[in-house]
Amino acid sequence: MDYEPVICFETHVELKTQSKLFCRCPASYGKTPNSRICPVCTGQPGALPVLNRKAVEYTVRAGLALNCSINRRSRFARKNYFYPDLPKGYQISQYELPFCENGSLEILGDDGRPYPVGIRRIHLEEDAGKLIHSSSSFSASEYSLVDYNRSSIPLLEIVADHQRNPLRSVKEARAYLEKLRQILIHIDVSDCMMERGQFRSDVNVSVRPRDSKEPGNRTEIKNMASFKFILEAIEYEIKRQTGILESQGEIHQETRLFDEEKGMTLPMRSKEDAPDYRYFPDPDLMEVEIDEAFLAGIRKSLPELPDEKVNRFLREYQIPRNDALILTRDRIVSVFFERCARTCEDRKRLSRWMLKDLFQVLNAASIPMEKCPIKPEDFSHLINLISRGELTDRISQSVLAEMVHSGGNPGVIAEERDLSPIKDVRLLEKIVDEVIEENPQLVSRVRAGATKPVNFLMGRAMEKTEGKANPKTIRELLRKKLQTH
Amino acid sequence: MDLCDRSACQLSKMLRKREISSREVTEAVFDRIAEKEERIHAFITLTREIALKQADAADRRLRGGKRIPVLNGIPVAIKDNLCTEGIRTTCGSRILENYIASYDATPVRRLLREGAVLVGKTNMDEFAMGSSTENSAFGPTCNPIRPECVPGGSSGGAAAAVCAGETVLAVASDTGGSIRQPAAYCGVVGVKPTYGRVSRYGLISYASSLDQVGAIARSVEDCALILNAICGHDSLDSTSADVKKPDFRKALGKKVKGLKIGLPREYFVEGLDGGVRDRVMGAAGLLRENGAELIELSLPHTEYAISAYYLIATAEASSNLARYDGVKYGFRSPEPVDSVSMYEQTRSRGFGKEVKRRIMLGTYVLSAGYYDAYYTKAQKARTLIKEDFERAFEKVDCLLTPVSPCVPFRLGEKIAEPLQMYLVDIYTVSLNLSGLPAMSVNCGNVDGLPVGLQIIGKPFDEETVLRVGHHYEQTAGAMGE
Repeated sequence: MDYEPVICFETHVELKTQSKLFCRCPASYGKTPNSRICPVCTGQPGALPVLNRKAVEYTVRAGLALNCSINRRSRFARKNYFYPDLPKGYQISQYELPFCENGSLEILGDDGRPYPVGIRRIHLEEDAGKLIHSSSSFSASEYSLVDYNRSSIPLLEIVADHQRNPLRSVKEARAYLEKLRQILIHIDVSDCMMERGQFRSDVNVSVRPRDSKEPGNRTEIKNMASFKFILEAIEYEIKRQTGILESQGEIHQETRLFDEEKGMTLPMRSKEDAPDYRYFPDPDLMEVEIDEAFLAGIRKSLPELPDEKVNRFLREYQIPRNDALILTRDRIVSVFFERCARTCEDRKRLSRWMLKDLFQVLNAASIPMEKCPIKPEDFSHLINLISRGELTDRISQSVLAEMVHSGGNPGVIAEERDLSPIKDVRLLEKIVDEVIEENPQLVSRVRAGATKPVNFLMGRAMEKTEGKANPKTIRELLRKKLQTH
Repeated sequence: MDLCDRSACQLSKMLRKREISSREVTEAVFDRIAEKEERIHAFITLTREIALKQADAADRRLRGGKRIPVLNGIPVAIKDNLCTEGIRTTCGSRILENYIASYDATPVRRLLREGAVLVGKTNMDEFAMGSSTENSAFGPTCNPIRPECVPGGSSGGAAAAVCAGETVLAVASDTGGSIRQPAAYCGVVGVKPTYGRVSRYGLISYASSLDQVGAIARSVEDCALILNAICGHDSLDSTSADVKKPDFRKALGKKVKGLKIGLPREYFVEGLDGGVRDRVMGAAGLLRENGAELIELSLPHTEYAISAYYLIATAEASSNLARYDGVKYGFRSPEPVDSVSMYEQTRSRGFGKEVKRRIMLGTYVLSAGYYDAYYTKAQKARTLIKEDFERAFEKVDCLLTPVSPCVPFRLGEKIAEPLQMYLVDIYTVSLNLSGLPAMSVNCGNVDGLPVGLQIIGKPFDEETVLRVGHHYEQTAGAMGE
């Protein structure tokens, strides 16, 4: 029988607010343990939470970018459980009335068609502290230390929908995660740095016969922070579950952990052992009312989303689809391109030069795009000089290399270094004549009908001009001379 | 009359006139403590050294003669569930036996800013759970009026200290009657302001949606002084109300003539001690003689108040008390070998019986499958009770009821009967459920034991409550003399 997986993510994303979710401590990473703490985020007796407005704004921003409806009344709830990294014995999260519900994220489906993956809800919650064990695991440790710097840093939880357009393959799962991360970075609510745990996912996986509409029993794999391991874990789970179903076995609904070394998922706890979190509305916090003005402000400030941008680039700049996809992937790149495009006469050439030559030169010099020393108007000028035939392709390469070092104006560089094309036709004719004289054998072969040697003769002529001639002109001259001689 | 028995208003005047010094007042208070504390046990921690330093600082300010706040140099006791920076804050519990707070609760900070002198931290039922102060891990407090009786609770230490002259003023908390009932049992005055009027920042939570900080003193006017100092919006407490703060002392001058005072039928039914009923009705009669109009009315959902209260309070408590796990501060059981047994043993041994009972009740109330039947239903009852009051206040300016159905009972009398103990709160919990301001004023004695009159006001109308209380105090006092 043919089986089909159903994959559903719960993704935790650290928001990039200045301060924590419920106190004024800075939300910073990698500082001395317990140096960014106060009575509130360490759960001291009597301390009370005060909501960070910016975090709400970011949540709503994410909700709008993911096509959610925004609840006008929203509420925080306590999720009660004991763990040493959880200072209050409960996490302030949301249960009923989250900020955002019923959204979608469009990816390219395996069938090649756009596929809007269902998003059930997005809510805001606080992160826990971090345990540092004296040994490899909690249970094996003689002691464990707790760092509360991370405690109460705001987290978005983005919960995909089991029923409404779930993911159907590892490939789609990857596309979903990549797109989600791209959008969140793009709308500037999170840096989504995987290595810092700013983008972590739980994933639900189930498998069902391809013609079945009934979802199979699912397992949840907890807390993974690397794309590679997430996809490996899903792949492993699909194989494991398919194997069980094929041998007429039964899938147990359970929570599993992915063992990165062994590359397999292992059971953590069964459904029966699932904790009762005893959610109830947090009486220390008021309901949050989102009014039209607040919403309108966020809508207005929301940047163009990646898909919209690709379409606009295709429309406005008439560049190839693949170029548009690459140019819009990174905000800094797309901003650079658009600045250039304002003064550039040939956008196709601009895009080609950016993606190939500029990237190559920057790469070779190990300069990241955000530190690119070339001003967009200078780059655009360079492309214009090429389009007008005022610089040859080959000369442009060295002008570009010079621009990366000095950040100067291409016209000035070309002039200073005497790189402007040779326009004097008589001078060019003289050079062509020299080449013909120096290569009598090749010339006679050409005259006998061979075409290949022409390229060699051209190369020789270009060499003599130090690349400063327009290759077209040289080719014209050669053809003329070889026929008329 | 010793200095420690005088009112804060009198002392404040004498201090300004330089007739006395704050050091003298403070020493008088500590002399009284030396004399009586062994018998009464109103305090968990005394802060004599700090108090004397603060008194000297207050005296220096008085000599400086600039604008001196009214509470400058006046001794104040703080219930031990309000955090005090650098001073042990136990909440009456073994689990916080050695906990030293790292910050001042907002009401404490405001008192100290006014120049008040901190006498010490008063005894209380553990985590404010109780009506007799017998649930303190540090032993019970006795009623100064009759030491074999309870002082009420949970703020029994604060009320007893005020009654005995072991302090001039006290600041405490009220979740279901914890200020009003001990004030009634010790024959002093206690005010629970409207929910949101005083910041809860630094008040160790029992039930967040019900907890409110308030005042205990020997006169209504002294309570008004405390309210002036501690009320007002606080950005550190999201439930703190951003409303205008009046000068509560100014409200006292007005007469009661023309005021409409409601008497809710449901508060004068079976279970109410006859003597208590007579004293409360006597007080109502006196107010009528002074021109107030008495109106009998009904608060039909009163009978659900105790149940709703104990469901909501315990649910919130079960979550609020989860932070006492032995990980970060306070007591940690020394034996455990792993984290789960650390939790179990720390909490089993660190909490007392009543606290554990309420944590279990509350955990049950919030559990999957029971939540709607208990928690949701209790919230519905709470709404109905609130609406009862809204309707009543369309007809009247304030309400009069007893504070407690009985006079102070003997130590140990109800401790084995939790339900009997819970019923002591029957007239007070509704005001926490509805968030309304309420005050207890003494209205006489039954067999030498004091009876409290409860005056209930509209939301944020503490002024009418204080005005009626003050007027009653003055006229009844004049008659008594």
